Amino acid sequence: MELHDVWFVLIAVLWIGYFFLEGFDFGIGVLTKLLARNRVEKRVLINTIGPVWDGNEVWLLTAGGATFAAFPEWYATLFSGFYLPLLIILICLIVRGVAFEYRAKRPEERWQTNWEHAIFWTSLIPALLWGVAFGNIVRGVKIDAHKEYVGNFWDLLNPYAILGGLVTLTLFTFHGAVFASLKTVGDIRVRARKMALGLGLVTAVLALGFLIWTQADKGDGKSLIAMIVAVVALVGAIAAIKIGREGWSFALSGITIAAAVAMLFLTLFPNVMPSSLNEEWSLTVTNASSSPYTLKIMTWCAGVATPVVLLYQSWTYWVFRKRIGTQHIADAAH
Amino acid sequence: MDLALAPETLARWQFGITTVYHFLFVPLTISLAALTAILETAWVRTGKEHYLRATKFWGKLFLINIAMGVVTGIVQEFQFGMNWSDYSRFVGDIFGAPLAFEALIAFFFESTFIGLWIFGWDKLPKKLHCATIWIVSIGTVLSAYFIIAANAFMQHPVGYKIVERDGTKRAELTDFAKVLFQETTIVNFAHVISAAILVGGAFMTGIAIFHLRKKQHVRTMRMSMRLGLVTAFVGTLLTVISADTLGKVMYEQQPMKMSAAEALWETEKPAPFSLFAYGDVSKGHNDVAIEIPGILSFLAKNNFNAEIPGINDLNKEAQEKFGPGDYRPNIPTAYWSYRWMIGFGGVSMVLCTAGLWLTRKKFWLAPEHRTGADDVPKLMLTKKRELTPKLGKWWWRLSQWTLIFPLIGTAWGWIFTETGRQPWVVYGVLRTEDAVSPGVSQGEVLTSLIAFTLIYAILAVIEVKLLLKYIKKGPPELTEADLNPPTKIGGPGAGKGSDSDSDDDADRPMAFSY
Repeated sequence: MELHDVWFVLIAVLWIGYFFLEGFDFGIGVLTKLLARNRVEKRVLINTIGPVWDGNEVWLLTAGGATFAAFPEWYATLFSGFYLPLLIILICLIVRGVAFEYRAKRPEERWQTNWEHAIFWTSLIPALLWGVAFGNIVRGVKIDAHKEYVGNFWDLLNPYAILGGLVTLTLFTFHGAVFASLKTVGDIRVRARKMALGLGLVTAVLALGFLIWTQADKGDGKSLIAMIVAVVALVGAIAAIKIGREGWSFALSGITIAAAVAMLFLTLFPNVMPSSLNEEWSLTVTNASSSPYTLKIMTWCAGVATPVVLLYQSWTYWVFRKRIGTQHIADAAH
Repeated sequence: MDLALAPETLARWQFGITTVYHFLFVPLTISLAALTAILETAWVRTGKEHYLRATKFWGKLFLINIAMGVVTGIVQEFQFGMNWSDYSRFVGDIFGAPLAFEALIAFFFESTFIGLWIFGWDKLPKKLHCATIWIVSIGTVLSAYFIIAANAFMQHPVGYKIVERDGTKRAELTDFAKVLFQETTIVNFAHVISAAILVGGAFMTGIAIFHLRKKQHVRTMRMSMRLGLVTAFVGTLLTVISADTLGKVMYEQQPMKMSAAEALWETEKPAPFSLFAYGDVSKGHNDVAIEIPGILSFLAKNNFNAEIPGINDLNKEAQEKFGPGDYRPNIPTAYWSYRWMIGFGGVSMVLCTAGLWLTRKKFWLAPEHRTGADDVPKLMLTKKRELTPKLGKWWWRLSQWTLIFPLIGTAWGWIFTETGRQPWVVYGVLRTEDAVSPGVSQGEVLTSLIAFTLIYAILAVIEVKLLLKYIKKGPPELTEADLNPPTKIGGPGAGKGSDSDSDDDADRPMAFSY
């Protein structure tokens, strides 16, 4: 296995980390409107991810930075090619971060309501658009001989990619609902479980369609295995939440995300961004990568830093392992 | 296509606006993180309540700032790919590495431990809680280091070779240690960190003065003011020292930038320092010039008689080396941004030195100026050494607003260093016009430029209002829970020991919630 293959795997791992972690906090954002019945319940939900969402988002920054360093051509083509969707995602992430931090900093109802709307939309839109983006990457986009994207914004809105978007949206929301049932107590927990069940079934239908489409179109033996893992885990997650095993359900919905993302990356390899115009023009792990020297340095850095990051991020989850309910929200806190 | 709306121009405006905006929060974040960490350490070590109140107060302002710093930082990382894809292709091999290091080593630190700090007041023993803010602080500094290493490569490329692959040229890394530890990186880092210290010190001083003027929270604010003044003073000293070193390095590496900063058109020996110049760029000379002879030679080369190359000669030299073209940056921008940087920095230096002098111990403790332990000392000095009361009042009021001077100075500093490098994006290697995304349309860049500018403007209003609200509110009153943090990880009440308590404590409200 050459270093650029290693980095292909590492970038897949970073995206898995990102979607696993920010997946549930996007889901929580969406659920503030679907699940919470009042302001206090909204705050309960927001506070389940309060200490961790910022750290979760860094997985995206790391995926971006690592792509820049390990596959500059991929980074350049992807980010300049998907210009407008990326712009929308960036704006959502800006507003979302500020919304979490500022929402409770003023007592006025209008102030808080505005930020609550912001949290909902800026969680929903990226959750949808990431799926659209990955759908397009897997499907292949119009890349010319100079590795430039020559399609337009509307080319990105094809049925396959949109289905991909709906899958990430529902899957993340399901993942978030399971997380909510794992992290809350009282009435909201009961409703979170019920909602997770419903969301799980919708997710299952959409995801099955998307994954089968992907497998039929691009798949091989390895991707089939990943697909089976994803589907089995999803069914398991739904069954586990049904019988009230929230921890198991969360682990399984996480595995679903990991396996589905792994499947997409497996169907890509050795391409990183296939061209729909001419196979020769596709970006691959070899023609898009950095020099072996850069990859070597990066491998050292990742090899040392990643275990440490995983260690202290896990520790954070452990420190904040207690469930929260409406009784934990102080009225005057801000 | 209208040049004013060419994608390159728009992309440059976008980069300028987003970067300067982002950098308003960066120096504040760096210094406030460290100051908050120092204050919390003082609380942990001494147990004095005013340190805890100060920690909570300055920590809150720090959080309001870092939220903006973080979200605007995301844009910084992604716009290289969006607007500058040919740049990314050309230098990704080198430039991407420090960015990835920054994310892996610094961002994860910052963002994970900030969560622990914000929500951990009732979950972590106080020493551990204090350690989390120190880790955040280290994260902010590391982050600055990696980003400055990347920027220094653009100013002074080292440790690379140009390689041809698939018919296109790109730069490949040959020595990462050189990129990370070259002189340019170290000197720039020293300058940026010093300026950040100054920014935070001035910010703290200005706000402390506001409260002292109103005679409220005196104990906390008097301590904060002294801490702010000392910080600002140290910052300003370090800024000047690093500026001097940086100037000399720049004269070796980027003489065009420095001569543009002085509007020095012709090579001179000795060269004067320009106080005011107004000139004709197309003709390449100054119509008006007020100068101090010999000073520039000294600043650049430590020798009052050294020869300093002028813009016109440097331009000719560059044309011989790189082919026909205009190799001058925008001279008025370089000239004036340099002056605004130094001006705001210099005024801050005078102010914090004066402040430190005026608030030195005997003035604070002079018995005739005191009525009680927590009273505001009269800064408005009458009798022999004192200014008139009226002037004194204005002195206070004005000094409160000087808190933003260093911030303005740092913004101009970035504008200077980035425009002074033009027309190069990587000095002497890649032109800015060759760095833009070829596939991105004018409409797309215009859309994002407008979108970011609008949203940044709205957020600026929100942020300033919020800051003002919390500044006016002052340090919080402490509660029982604040003063008795848990002794065991996982509180609340984890420290109470017996299990019978835990049921009551399980329903205790969180010390902090969104």
